[in-house]
Amino acid sequence: MEQKKLNPELVKLVEEWKGKEGNLIMILHEIQNHHGYVPRELSLELSKMLEVPLARIYEVITFYNFFKLSPPGKHLIKLCMGTACYLRGAGIILDEIKNILGVKEGESTKDNLFHLDVVRCLGCCGLAPVLMIDEKVYSKVKKAEVADILSKYIKEE
Amino acid sequence: MYEKTILIKDTDTKREDLTRQAYTQILDFLRHNDQHSRIQVVRVADIGLYDKGLVIKILPEQITYANVKEDDLKRIADAISFNKGRVEDLVYKPKSKQERLVLKNCGRIDPESIDDYIACGGYLGLKQAIELKEDKVIEEIKTSGIRGRGGAGYPTWMKWNFAREVASDQKFVICNADEGDPGAYMDRSILEGDPHAVLEGLIIAAFAVGASKGYFYVRAEYPLAVERINKAIKQAYDCGLLGQNILGSSFGLDLEIRLGAGAFVCGEETALISSIEGKRGTPHPRPPYPSVKGLWGKPTVINNVETLANIPQILLKGGAWFAKIGTATSKGTKVFAVTGKVKNSGLVEIAMGATLREIVMDICGGTLTGKPIKAVQTGGPSGGVIPEHLLDTPVDYENLQKLGSIMGSGGMIVMDDDDCMVDIPKFYLGFCVEESCGKCSPCRIGGFQMLGYLKKITEGAGNINDIAQLKRISYAMQKASLCGLGQTASNPVLSTLKYFEKEYIEHIENKHCPAGKCSHLVTYSVIEEKCKRCGLCFTNCPVSAITGDKEKGYSVIQEKCIKCGKCFEVCKFRAINKK
Repeated sequence: MEQKKLNPELVKLVEEWKGKEGNLIMILHEIQNHHGYVPRELSLELSKMLEVPLARIYEVITFYNFFKLSPPGKHLIKLCMGTACYLRGAGIILDEIKNILGVKEGESTKDNLFHLDVVRCLGCCGLAPVLMIDEKVYSKVKKAEVADILSKYIKEE
Repeated sequence: MYEKTILIKDTDTKREDLTRQAYTQILDFLRHNDQHSRIQVVRVADIGLYDKGLVIKILPEQITYANVKEDDLKRIADAISFNKGRVEDLVYKPKSKQERLVLKNCGRIDPESIDDYIACGGYLGLKQAIELKEDKVIEEIKTSGIRGRGGAGYPTWMKWNFAREVASDQKFVICNADEGDPGAYMDRSILEGDPHAVLEGLIIAAFAVGASKGYFYVRAEYPLAVERINKAIKQAYDCGLLGQNILGSSFGLDLEIRLGAGAFVCGEETALISSIEGKRGTPHPRPPYPSVKGLWGKPTVINNVETLANIPQILLKGGAWFAKIGTATSKGTKVFAVTGKVKNSGLVEIAMGATLREIVMDICGGTLTGKPIKAVQTGGPSGGVIPEHLLDTPVDYENLQKLGSIMGSGGMIVMDDDDCMVDIPKFYLGFCVEESCGKCSPCRIGGFQMLGYLKKITEGAGNINDIAQLKRISYAMQKASLCGLGQTASNPVLSTLKYFEKEYIEHIENKHCPAGKCSHLVTYSVIEEKCKRCGLCFTNCPVSAITGDKEKGYSVIQEKCIKCGKCFEVCKFRAINKK
């Protein structure tokens, strides 16, 4: 298996944050920004560099919803389950996505093309129900539109 | 700066976006008439109106045109170019009772420009604060009567005063921008639209309590807000508004951003502190309060985004000015994010004391479907529902609490007859159970047990004694939970039980969901008069629970039906009854 090394940029970043108190979460954010998740090898290396036990790092990673321990699929689907979206039928949209892709929330498809996440409020409740794929926001989504939206990404492959 | 600004945005999301076309047309007209150095045209991301076609706003006159057609563009451009006043027939006239204090700059200034902010009177509040000295600043905040906008409504001056009175070599200020309440986005809009106002508020807070270091704790889910605060902080450093010797005084402050990582509980003060310290965001017992012993054991003032955005104006215009707005116990304005089954969802800023009906009906145009309002939920997962007959209650901290809800951070969800009052608390409780940090047992176990009862009821297996059990656990959670999350998690259940107990009983005794929301309790049947005998339901039913043929018509065999709703969905003639 390919060994993931801290790239020089991240080493620099860790050095930069090392002296600051409460740096762990910020460093994890940077790692996840870079890799899409927090690989175990990097946590191990980070533990040595910061001189904190691996358990301390894992306790933080697993507490916060934002951090991931496994690589996400190529396209990240974030389905909003905030109250406004829920009231306007986000549950139906979720079922439809699950149906089409054959995955549960928090899982990636077998071909690793999609990862489905249910999130609590994307902060644009006026457009409910909202679906976000990577950086693109789909607003006022209807059940019938879901297949069309997803097929765009499948065709690209 | 330009003399005039034309803001433009196509708010119709159901067709091709015409913003760019209109933008080019107006710009061409201005260029042609040599007005483009005097008047600027800006395409904005959000203009505050929705589904009103092409919207054009003229600044500084604050004229809004809605549903502008292509032919009208020239008339508007002509009127503004040659000072012909407004084009009366196109002017959008809202029945607005809104009062904008916090959102006054949002959409009016370039949020990424400190010059724009300063041109609108920015950082004069800070200058005033430094001239007044610390005690007078706190005095002024006390006079204003402002209370925390994050939810609990604690008087801001008291927080500041406690921290000021503690002797310590270091103190901290924190801006709480961890807006995790689903269905609320006031703080995001303020941070994205007017970041300098929040920054100025935070600098003033630091000055008043004697803090030398501050943090912005922002949700990682708000990348644009993070980017804009970063820029604002950098600009403030460049202008000498952060760092050492701010505005020539001996006061110095350093600010940094810290990102949240998706934990609702981190909005709670002590959990937020743990998170900034780089740990799991679990709360701590209070006292000691953060004002006395907070971040790394030092006195720490934590204020919400909206609270801080109010501070500069209070210093600039005086506490007495602020105290004139609002009700006896709740001063100033409040920004609400009105969403759910409402026609015009969006942000509403209104003086405290306005009624819920004014907000939902007059400003937001009533329900989306035209169906009657059933209830309004304030305060998100920590709040409660307020039924239709109480909508004339003036909104302030005390009144909402009396009704069994809370002000919260400002989420306001409108529900109509299609929303089930057992399903809604189930949704909120599910959220709290998921977000409970697990540190204290009343919240961890209580929430889980309550959710179990609610699930049972919505699935038709409820027992009449379950209601008493729900109440018992609710009270225990309120009394014994460690932090605000657990203490308030049962509010949605208690308030729905208070106003809609009949609906619970209907679920339990008659196994019927009046709103038709709980899929286990719904029955489907064919309405013979409407049925065109197309057979679509018959072919689509996955369990062959529909019998009949094109001659005799169709009917549902209730014993076989799994209540999937497929027939209801595929019927083109609305001939399936869902009850």
